[in-house]
Amino acid sequence: MSLSRRQFIKIGAAGAGSAALASGLGTRWWGLDGDPTPDPRTDGDRVVASYCELCFWGCGVLAHVKEGRVTKITGNPAHPLSRGMLCPRGVGGTGLLYDPDRLKKPLLRRSKRGEDLFEEVSWDAALGRVAEGLEKVKQRHGPEALALFTHGSGGVWFKQFMKAWGSPNIGAPSYAQCRGPREAAFQLTFGTPLGSPEPLDIGNARCITLIGSHLGENMHNTQVQELAEALGKGAQLVVVDPRFSVAAGKARYWLPIKPGTDIALLLAWSHVLLAEGLHDTAYLAAHASGLDELKAHVATATPEWAATITGLDPGLIRDSARLIGASRPASLIHPGRHTVWYGDDTQRERAMAILVALLGNWGRRGGYLKQDKFPLAGYPHAGAPPPPSRAKVDRPKGGLYPLANEVLASGLCDATRPGQSLYDLKAWLVYGCNLVQAMPDRPRLLEAIQQLELLVAVDVLPAEICGWADVVLPEATYLERDDDAWNGAWRRPFIAVRQAAVPPMYDSKPGWWIVKELAGKVGLANHFPWTDAREFVKTRLAVKGQSWETLSSTGVLLGPEIPTCEEEGAPLTFETESGTIELYSKELADLDFDPLPVYRPQEEGPPGSFRLLTGRSPLHSFGRTVNNRLLAEPYPENEVWLNADAAAHLAGFEARPLAQGERVVLVNQDGVRSTPVKVKLTQRIRNDCVYMVHGWGQTARGQRYAFGRGASDALLTSRYKIDPIMGGTGMNVNFVRFERAVVSA
Amino acid sequence: MTRRYAMAVDTLRCVGCNACVISCKTENDLPSGGFRDWIVQEVHGQFPSLTLQIRSERCNHCAETPCVAACPTGASHVAAGGTVLVNRRKCTGCKACMVACPYGARWVHPDGYVDKCTFCLHRVERAQQPACVETCPTRSLTFGDLADPASPVARLVAHRPHLVLQPEAGTRPQVFFLT
Repeated sequence: MSLSRRQFIKIGAAGAGSAALASGLGTRWWGLDGDPTPDPRTDGDRVVASYCELCFWGCGVLAHVKEGRVTKITGNPAHPLSRGMLCPRGVGGTGLLYDPDRLKKPLLRRSKRGEDLFEEVSWDAALGRVAEGLEKVKQRHGPEALALFTHGSGGVWFKQFMKAWGSPNIGAPSYAQCRGPREAAFQLTFGTPLGSPEPLDIGNARCITLIGSHLGENMHNTQVQELAEALGKGAQLVVVDPRFSVAAGKARYWLPIKPGTDIALLLAWSHVLLAEGLHDTAYLAAHASGLDELKAHVATATPEWAATITGLDPGLIRDSARLIGASRPASLIHPGRHTVWYGDDTQRERAMAILVALLGNWGRRGGYLKQDKFPLAGYPHAGAPPPPSRAKVDRPKGGLYPLANEVLASGLCDATRPGQSLYDLKAWLVYGCNLVQAMPDRPRLLEAIQQLELLVAVDVLPAEICGWADVVLPEATYLERDDDAWNGAWRRPFIAVRQAAVPPMYDSKPGWWIVKELAGKVGLANHFPWTDAREFVKTRLAVKGQSWETLSSTGVLLGPEIPTCEEEGAPLTFETESGTIELYSKELADLDFDPLPVYRPQEEGPPGSFRLLTGRSPLHSFGRTVNNRLLAEPYPENEVWLNADAAAHLAGFEARPLAQGERVVLVNQDGVRSTPVKVKLTQRIRNDCVYMVHGWGQTARGQRYAFGRGASDALLTSRYKIDPIMGGTGMNVNFVRFERAVVSA
Repeated sequence: MTRRYAMAVDTLRCVGCNACVISCKTENDLPSGGFRDWIVQEVHGQFPSLTLQIRSERCNHCAETPCVAACPTGASHVAAGGTVLVNRRKCTGCKACMVACPYGARWVHPDGYVDKCTFCLHRVERAQQPACVETCPTRSLTFGDLADPASPVARLVAHRPHLVLQPEAGTRPQVFFLT
């Protein structure tokens, strides 16, 4: 039986007096059934294994599908990166799939670039326009004048297109705007860049040292799982951060360092390890070169010396060094990920790599492991396209950034400004990366964009970059498309499947389809012999007799186990020039860079200003998720963290100090103004810097939820300092002052 | 022996990522604005001498239930394992239980009834863990039968220092925060 609510309330009113008479009679008196267990019935009729795309870690997911809808997403227990657990973003994937603001139809620009006026067209018309534009660029400027910016798994297909088209200019902001300095530094020191997912054995570490990394807020699933696992086993944490991060809250030692002085601290730590004999003498004797030079270099880098620079207590520097040293070899110095801070970032990462070596942590359990890829064959091609006739154009004239080991996205932007590079870029394909928030110095970026003859954006949502495109192509989300298999390196080699849980909504199409159609329109169909993504993967598997059925049903194929560290029998080998760990870098010396890291002071900001620092929220992947209504519920907008005592004495606010949660406008050293943003007054940050989570302050009106929320740190990053070693754009060199936001009546 | 469902929340492991919150929302198909669990970050001290406690909070499924006592219709009730549930067909949305609950664990669903954490009893009955427990990347959440001394939750509560929220309310909460 069922009662309508209205009837029910009527009965309730009539019976209110008598209900109090006999407790326990209530249920029977109401004449209703017993109390059932509420079941929301969100389990799927079908469960589809795939891997996540809310960030770039690539966790295995299980999509529950019921009556054609994805009801929920859970972690795939068989997947080595998720191990059955997901971060909030992974769980919140349905918020992307069912985002009402998704791109629904291909769009052609009908106005000036940046005015965001578009016309919906058919795929045939949109791709026809792209093909026509590309052919024109090719005729006038050659195929290399096309650049691809790509971030995310579907980029694979567009990379194939670039190869067939004949351009080497493929870049991602994830290098020069993110982890690049780390890659260069570890390659210089150990002969191997780290890549992603990083080869870190956090779970078995006895001491974990984070330098500016805020793991836990930075939600790389496997790493956070292992961090908790290590803490559960009694591991100690050392956290170096101007902000009392979540990780700092769990640390044995928190070092609230003055921003920009990390190298001084790292040299002092090396000093203590060497001076007190806490380093791994046997390991270094067997595997490293340049120890004597290092000893001489850090001889005077005492904690007392570093204390005057870093603002840290010398005793804290010494005690933390001793803990780090006493915990070796399972004493892990985390290399960080977003490492473009001050333009001397490769040297800072070198100082970290040197510590890794002193602790004998590379190649050991609880340290940097050996990883490998699953042996997956390539798709058998009839013939490879000819290589491009001109070299990549991401470096300016004059041979700068000699040790960049990936393409510089910032360099591709610069090469779009006429005469900056060996030749000019004239067309961009932008796949899944919103360059407007990813690149520093926005006016310079937009100026470059205005030089283009063609800009094509492929995205799921109307990101800001789409507003500047000539053609916008709506891609299906990761839950609606098949893709190539995930095949990154891991300690247990494996591949993971990407398969559609539901068909594409609206008129969106998978990346593979878009590329194949486009190739057909520019006479390159012969380079795309596969029928679709699934056939592509199946055929690759079939070459070595690997099972599609297992991959498809369980989500993964595991490769054979491999020895990952010395304890498991993995030999320590180094692909540096000398074949050793290069504490002293002859390669850097030959290029006229410091062969050992040197601390040099950073420029300070104008009086009354605060250094702008940025980071992550565990609920968001930069600007990619800020329109996800599910994820935005607990974290709807960013705030600017300001030391509460500094706020109480803020110049210009004496009469009425800033109040908690009040909206402010940040004005940077160049007069760039932010959108209004809430201020978070807190003890959890030094008084010389402020902090914001990256990704807000979106200017794309089409993202109706995110538009106008919070402020963009990228907009305030009008300055950057280039790392001369590898071309990274150091972005923590901007300073802001506060203004009260004008409240409209 | 009667079961006593309980949860241990390890504040030393938890990073406050909200995976428990989002998984609860999708598992239980909660509307916008409705939460059955949430994250609290509690900061004490002055820079640089600070402490931070992060708690994944939800209904405490108390052994003494002022919410059930306050319910005029019998909608709020104690179900299997001491789990406190609301029978939405009996609930008039009068909010007496919300006033009685010291923890703010209850909210009004847009369909008119009071909603709260169920310990995912529908999953527990199928021998699954609650959704928040299953997804938690830091394995901070342990659910089980406190009456079974061999259960992981009973072991944690027996061996780890812990606190409950507002013990002075006399509600005997069954969610334990390991410290």
